[in-house]
Amino acid sequence: MSEATVTIHNPVEDFLRMDRIPHIWCPGCGIGTSVNSFAHALTDANIDRKNLAIVSGIGCTGRVAGYVNLDSFHTTHGRAIPFATGLKLANPKLNVVVYSGDGDLFAIGGNHLIHAARRNIDLKVVCINNLVFAMTGGQTAPTTPGAVITSTNPYGTYDPSFNLPYLVEAAGAVYVARWTAFHVKQLARSMEEMFAKKGFSFIEVLSPCPTLYQRRNKMGDGLDTMKFYKQVSKVRNGAPTSEVALTKSGEIVVGKFVDRERGERGDYGNLMHDSLADALGEDYVETEACSCQ
Amino acid sequence: MAKVQGSVQIVVERCKACGFCVEFCPTHVLALSSAFNAKGYHTPYMAHPEKCSGCDLCGMYCPDFAIFGFKPEADKKAQAEPVQQAKEASAVPLLVSTEVKEEQDAR
Amino acid sequence: MHADPAGVLTGTHFLDGDHACCEGALAAGARFSSGYPITPSTEVVERFAARVPTIGGTFIQMEDELAASITLQGAVWGGAKAFTVTSGPGFSLMMEHIGYAAMTETPCVFVDVQRGGPSTGLPTLPAQQDMMQVRWGSHGDYEIIALCPNSPQECFDLTITAFNYSEKYRCPVFVMMDEVVGHMTEKVVIPVPEEIEIEPRRYTTLPPDEFLAYKPGADLVPDMPRVGEGYNVHVTGLTHDERGYPDMRPEVQDVLVRRLVDKIKNNVDKITLFEADQIEGADVVVVSYGITSRVAQKAIDMARQKGIKVGKFRLITAWPFPEKQIAEIASKVKGIVVAEMNLGQMVREVERAAAGKAVVRLVGHAGGSVHKPEDILKAIMEVAR
Repeated sequence: MSEATVTIHNPVEDFLRMDRIPHIWCPGCGIGTSVNSFAHALTDANIDRKNLAIVSGIGCTGRVAGYVNLDSFHTTHGRAIPFATGLKLANPKLNVVVYSGDGDLFAIGGNHLIHAARRNIDLKVVCINNLVFAMTGGQTAPTTPGAVITSTNPYGTYDPSFNLPYLVEAAGAVYVARWTAFHVKQLARSMEEMFAKKGFSFIEVLSPCPTLYQRRNKMGDGLDTMKFYKQVSKVRNGAPTSEVALTKSGEIVVGKFVDRERGERGDYGNLMHDSLADALGEDYVETEACSCQ
Repeated sequence: MAKVQGSVQIVVERCKACGFCVEFCPTHVLALSSAFNAKGYHTPYMAHPEKCSGCDLCGMYCPDFAIFGFKPEADKKAQAEPVQQAKEASAVPLLVSTEVKEEQDAR
Repeated sequence: MHADPAGVLTGTHFLDGDHACCEGALAAGARFSSGYPITPSTEVVERFAARVPTIGGTFIQMEDELAASITLQGAVWGGAKAFTVTSGPGFSLMMEHIGYAAMTETPCVFVDVQRGGPSTGLPTLPAQQDMMQVRWGSHGDYEIIALCPNSPQECFDLTITAFNYSEKYRCPVFVMMDEVVGHMTEKVVIPVPEEIEIEPRRYTTLPPDEFLAYKPGADLVPDMPRVGEGYNVHVTGLTHDERGYPDMRPEVQDVLVRRLVDKIKNNVDKITLFEADQIEGADVVVVSYGITSRVAQKAIDMARQKGIKVGKFRLITAWPFPEKQIAEIASKVKGIVVAEMNLGQMVREVERAAAGKAVVRLVGHAGGSVHKPEDILKAIMEVAR
């Protein structure tokens, strides 16, 4: 075969801030993989990218906001959801995605997450779950399974961990799914469904953290973990979320678990408007957006 | 009847040799070559190009946006368009060029 | 630009400071607030929640001040003028996000109706104990603007000023009330919208491919992009370059952080508001702010009746501190009496600006009650001797 120099446009690059590539994520990290699914979902769902804003917190996954070519907001640790809430309520025509990690969303951000789900704020939350606080060096997170080594549990973890889909469903989410970084196509499809859904929507994406979690626990590298995901994942759409908890090396239940409506009024924006309109009648001034000059 | 022939484009300097594309290509087109890029990673190449359908599953798996699959027959328009050059950042070394080479396994 | 009539409750009212502050925010164009209840500030947002559905806007009560202080910033980027209100314990929780607003240059207003501290302290009683915290509370180097009303009328007026400053300088601006100013009821005159000057948001006129989110103008302040119009802005709390992209190099840090500080410092003359009276020829000048200034006025009157030449300097802008004015006063008087409801906060700035040229005497207490004029008078007389 002859050596030829060919340059073909890779469509995913339209979604990236190419002047910031290469990114900082480690070899074998699944965050970049999930961003591919995200880019595909945006294309397949025909989303108007001008009207989509992405908000992230702090952490490895938090860096996604800095690499995607959208209106993007890299906020404070744990507070992507309240920032996104303000953004959405002030500008309801925006499609607001929150893209952040398990530590950011469920440790420091846990309170905000459950309240946004309770209220059914129209946010699309993608949670990359690598089972640790990765950016800071691999500390125990609320999702770390038991009996593994982390940097703050050098003799093994004993904290019970959250079952994220269960928690989020109980808090009120209308769309709950879990995939792994291996399930690139299913993840893209879930993301597409999520964009069309009104209300608090959540997708958990299990990802390797080869440099910290996998390495400390002698679980191989990113590829080994992806193969592990392929091997032990079971797709159980509609499975009760109470039954999908993760364990150290047990079965990983993936799929779309929850896709529902909450009440007649739907997401928070509608709840608020309907309620105020009912109460105030003609005196109610509904705003399309709270914009200033 | 001829199958739709696909191909991949690899931005070698972005690759970190994670092996996802090699592993998850459905027709096992790719292998890691013995050549390596500036960071010392053995980048993939098309070991069995005839088996490539251009499905771009490799591209979907790649965490570094270093590879993507395409169908040259269906994608003539993409071929003709020039690639966007990365914008120059102020005083910061930028992304390497998006040149690609169809690499052979140097034996 | 004139105020939007929808938010202006023109007329003569009998309002307390909290309520007047809310009306000031509405007159300034605020259409979003995210709040969390805390005494003695809650009435501001309660009124906002009642008023804004008939004007057009949103109020959301968040789950805590950590959320409230950033939800409003999301709303700002969504296009709204936004604010929140709190008191001591909530103010402490908001510190990280105050820093975020400073770093990302998000125009917004925070109202602190001060109460006795530290910790839970005196929820229903006044103090002026957050004055240093408002300036230094978040980590890192940055500058803010803080205004101190001393009446419900000023709560209205200075809240509008606060919004205007925040848009002009793209920084968080603080209205430092205290529980007494917040809960005292007085006449508040709200003029017609044509008489209220509003600073519009400095949206860029450049198209997306020419616009750099953090490239400053001549006044050291960058213009703002509109979200949802293809600018693909990137806003981050990380040290960033002119594109808004994270850049960890010390030289980038130096340029950025110096600019955040200089954009306020260089404009101090335009930001400094104060009330000065009979400074010329005075032997003693009394420096005070907020409700304490009303008591100080009484003490000053009493001292003048005794024949003491007393001048008054009321801080309206507490930060940036009016160093120039205080330094000049210090060079001409025997002494400066600083009356404040704390054990010594703004007095430190007075001492610093005075640079030893005059005696500086604090009349302070730990909070919980307004000063007695006699205590301030005593200090005036001692300093005048």
